[in-house]
Amino acid sequence: MKEEFKVISKFIEEKSRVLDVGCGDGILMEFLSKNKVVDIRGLEISKEKVKKCLSKGLAVIEGDAENDLKQFPDLSFDYVILSQTLQAFMSPEKVIENLLRVGKKVIVTIPNFGHWRVRLDLLFKGEMPVTKNLPYQWYDTPNLHMCTILDFYNFCNNRGINIFKTISLNGQTISDITRSNLKYKNLISELGIFLLEK
Amino acid sequence: MSNLNKLNSVLIKKALKLDCGKEISNFPLAYETYGNLNENKDNAILIFHALTGDQYASGINPVTNKEGWWNYAVGPGKPFDTDKFFIICANVIGGCMGSYGPGSIDPLTNKPLGTNFPVITINDMVNAQYNLLDHFKIEKLFAVAGGSMGGMQVLQFVSNFPNKAKVALPIACTASHSAQNIAFNELGRQAIMSDSNWKEGLYNEKLTNPDKGLAVARMAAHITYLSKQGLQEKFGRNLQERSDLKFGFDADFQIESYLRYQGSVFVDRFDANSYLYITRAMDYFDLTKQFGGNLSKAFKNTKTKFFIISFTSDWLYPTSENKDIVIALNAIGADVGFVEIKTDKGHDSFLLNVPDFLSTIKNYLNTTYSNINERRI
Repeated sequence: MKEEFKVISKFIEEKSRVLDVGCGDGILMEFLSKNKVVDIRGLEISKEKVKKCLSKGLAVIEGDAENDLKQFPDLSFDYVILSQTLQAFMSPEKVIENLLRVGKKVIVTIPNFGHWRVRLDLLFKGEMPVTKNLPYQWYDTPNLHMCTILDFYNFCNNRGINIFKTISLNGQTISDITRSNLKYKNLISELGIFLLEK
Repeated sequence: MSNLNKLNSVLIKKALKLDCGKEISNFPLAYETYGNLNENKDNAILIFHALTGDQYASGINPVTNKEGWWNYAVGPGKPFDTDKFFIICANVIGGCMGSYGPGSIDPLTNKPLGTNFPVITINDMVNAQYNLLDHFKIEKLFAVAGGSMGGMQVLQFVSNFPNKAKVALPIACTASHSAQNIAFNELGRQAIMSDSNWKEGLYNEKLTNPDKGLAVARMAAHITYLSKQGLQEKFGRNLQERSDLKFGFDADFQIESYLRYQGSVFVDRFDANSYLYITRAMDYFDLTKQFGGNLSKAFKNTKTKFFIISFTSDWLYPTSENKDIVIALNAIGADVGFVEIKTDKGHDSFLLNVPDFLSTIKNYLNTTYSNINERRI
């Protein structure tokens, strides 16, 4: 089980309604429905992945977050999860707005472009970074809007979005991100996991 | 259709009030079953057929001696696995395979009803078939499923009986028949009614049959079931058993010959008046309007788990119309899955060997059936 999913799972309370946006093969959905009493739905853009999810009996609909989130009523979910897909949207700002409209709480995971390895790559090699979490070349990457943990932190603050909790993931290591260690964590975290509320 | 009296049939004694205002009772509903109902009676699936289908979803249809219309999907080891599930499929009222329809004899005149048969709706069809639950003493179905008009019946069934099916699979359908759908149906009806052998629907007693009109109706409809790309790939401009154009109106092209064949075999198995009545029922179908313009209200309080499927090349019941159902269900937080299957086989995809489609349904049904059972334990 991915460490990231364990963190997300801890955020989610029993008996809540959850929407997993960009649910992929439905691994997180399965994990949550086995380990928690949750009512969970998924939205996924890839037909292949949607078919896999449906084969597992998961309530997943084919669609994309930029167009298909609007069908969900305001605050119709207790939690909306967006795991490592924010950077792939044309307008991440609108997606976040919609997530906060649909969900009472929103969990966003971002691959951190501020990680030291990324910074070193660019500094010493002078090439666009290719890492475990960001495995693409500049010309074939689906990631249109990369950001750092600090960027996303500021993004939320500037819009008055409440950040309840921020978790840093570096390999297997899970730690809290606070205002005081933010710059350091922005250097050493591979992933940032944010629990947000409007 | 001389074998009609050998069919499984249940006489529905209870009065059924039709949407047109008339009431019917003591009418036959012909059905077929596949597989066995288990002890808990929790493995039953009611399959609804499409416009020209019948109760013979699988195996060999004893009347036509041809394969059942959903042979790819229903049978041992198939998506609707008859080793596991008990499949029920009934001929819709208005049909011509043993259920009460325009070919039924009017006891007052001892003649076929013809156009004296009342105009029926999808709602009427579903309400008639609901009696099968009583007949088999099934408290709750595991699933209801169907494509095209069968999908419309699925939607109407869940709306009418929100607590009677755990799973609903409406496939390649719509909640509201579009102007284009109505237009194509009207074309078919006009072809039948313009045939001088139709005789205002009384062809049975005049010992004629509007074969030409019915064949043209089928030819026109058949085009709508296929995609442009599919037709092009299968037939292109290929000539039929000839090397050159003949400068006449015989079937020069393979596609012409194919359509003529489709028309000619259809008239042997289908009744022209049934075609009129059933297409009318489809045209009248507007579940959104039934609920004051808000489709979500049709499914209010439903606990049914929906799985909606559309096909990329289906232009008769396009993805957008299937998605409208998904949207209405999401608006009320219903449990809904949706996928658009990629295929060039058009609307007919649901009847054909489309592996992606068949395997997804098979896995979905198996997993969902065991999930529901586990939860109970």
